[in-house]
Amino acid sequence: MRRIILSPFLWIGIIILAAIATWPMATNNPTLREELFLILMFITMALSLNIILGYTGYVNFGHIVFFGLGGYLGIYVMSTLHWGLFPAMIVGGIGASVFAFLLGAAILRLRGAYFALATIGINETMLALAGNFQPFGGATGLTLNFRIYKLYGGAGKALWLAFALLAAVTIIAFIASFIIEKSKFGLGLMVIREDEDAAMVMGIPTPLFKNLAYTASAFLPGIIGVLYFFKNGNIEPGEAFNLEMSIEVLVMIMLGGFGTVSGPIIGAALYEEIRSSLIVNPLLQSMHLVIAGLLLLAIILFVPIGVVGWIRQRVPAVRRYLE
Amino acid sequence: MTINANVLIASLLDGLLIGFVYGLAAMGLTLIWGVMDVINLSHGALIVLGMFGALLAVQSWGLHPYIAFIIVSIAGLFLGVIIYYIAIRRVLEAPELTTLLSTFAVSMIIIGGGTAAFTTSPRNINFNLGTISFGGGANVLGTKLAAALLAAMVTFLLYMFLYKTRIGKSIRAVSNNRAAAELMGIPSMQILALSFGIGTLLAMGSGALIATLFPFNILSGSVYELKSFVIGVLGGLGNPIGSLLGGLILGFIEGLIPNFMDTSWTPVIEFALFVIILLVKPQGLFGSKD
Repeated sequence: MRRIILSPFLWIGIIILAAIATWPMATNNPTLREELFLILMFITMALSLNIILGYTGYVNFGHIVFFGLGGYLGIYVMSTLHWGLFPAMIVGGIGASVFAFLLGAAILRLRGAYFALATIGINETMLALAGNFQPFGGATGLTLNFRIYKLYGGAGKALWLAFALLAAVTIIAFIASFIIEKSKFGLGLMVIREDEDAAMVMGIPTPLFKNLAYTASAFLPGIIGVLYFFKNGNIEPGEAFNLEMSIEVLVMIMLGGFGTVSGPIIGAALYEEIRSSLIVNPLLQSMHLVIAGLLLLAIILFVPIGVVGWIRQRVPAVRRYLE
Repeated sequence: MTINANVLIASLLDGLLIGFVYGLAAMGLTLIWGVMDVINLSHGALIVLGMFGALLAVQSWGLHPYIAFIIVSIAGLFLGVIIYYIAIRRVLEAPELTTLLSTFAVSMIIIGGGTAAFTTSPRNINFNLGTISFGGGANVLGTKLAAALLAAMVTFLLYMFLYKTRIGKSIRAVSNNRAAAELMGIPSMQILALSFGIGTLLAMGSGALIATLFPFNILSGSVYELKSFVIGVLGGLGNPIGSLLGGLILGFIEGLIPNFMDTSWTPVIEFALFVIILLVKPQGLFGSKD
């Protein structure tokens, strides 16, 4: 525990994230806030996916399911049962985790590509189910009444509140990732990634560890799903269970370096920056997907360990500061 | 809801015919999976490329849609070999995630380029072969019957190629045990490239056939890619012939469900079936190489 608390990496990371979060607040800049909202959201998505993907080695294409399910549960209790934002966030997080725990008990028995395929299937099942489930509004989804924002001092204030909460969640995701990486539990996950059969022989309760990792990875996406759709004011199936976005989060982890704490953060920020600069450039606007694809291909073919992995390999001195 | 026997038969027949084309698409995916353990996430993009290839050939060169189908298929063979050498060869031995992402990158490049060139507006190939009656009010569109026959023919040719020719046998040998095949003097790199080419040929060919049946746009591929996954799992990943049966099952389900409930429930049932089969019998209903 001492080793974790005294780690320079942990404190540098918290300070940087907190500085990023207070920057738009200090300058009172809503445009910057919206840009950073997306980046922080993707950082949390990438950090949480990294627990099951990076440490445990299970390729999950359905990470967005937790985001969508949490969002739906949260918006449902807010719009229909008139709950507040905080209880809704807790409902979203716990709902997503419980779902992951039950689902994990079934699908984590599958290995390798079969697991990856099953997660694609889960995502599409949820997408199709949400479109038919009447309490969640079917294909049109749910819309928050504008009056709800009055409780938080009007729409403008509510957006700032959502951003501040997201920033807090991102910092929690960072700390939690670091603790998991340094814990015995995290070590167990990495053994599963390297050789699951050997892990079992060594006495690691692999089904339990895998399921705990899966459940843990679902909690924060469930919460930020509520925040994101609270900010948007409505939720519909296509946006909640968007497979493309799930894969984009995967790409971010690969870009930064999987199985590290800083990798998903750097990958998410880099990817989002590259994408937004490509979209606003009139010359490259229509080609942004092509360029992102070429970039991804180049990383996979030539730097498969990602930016952070590459730096750690080349400059051993920074390893203490770049976990 | 009352069920009309004639309507039921007609929609089942319709579903089965489309099932042949679905099966053809899935065969491309499952062949690649079987031979090199790569889940090709560019499969949907390649299907769309086949659709637009056929559209261009018909609209710009005035070719018959079935001639376009042949040309597009052959182009697919070459494109597949090129994709293999650029995006697959280097990472073949890497963990699954790597090949999943490298094929996804290919998909992004194709879809991105396609969106820039064609936008996402819907297209269709204006082509009609009239209706063919099977008596009792069970009518099917001529284009669907023709597409099913072509798909069945390609399946037969693929079967003959894999089981009766020397190269086809080499593909099956590499699929079975690459190291042993190499020891027997089979050039596995060329065989893998050829397999990826054939997989792409099947994807683009099925795209060209689907284009004669339904309207489509540059993003339609993901629907058929997911159907291919479902079929691949139904028929057994790595079992091309099982794919045809899987395709027929999926077509049957798609013909059956609208008679009993809202059409929007079809994907729910398809994907639930997909997940359940993965859990209960991951080797597929008809077995596979492992």
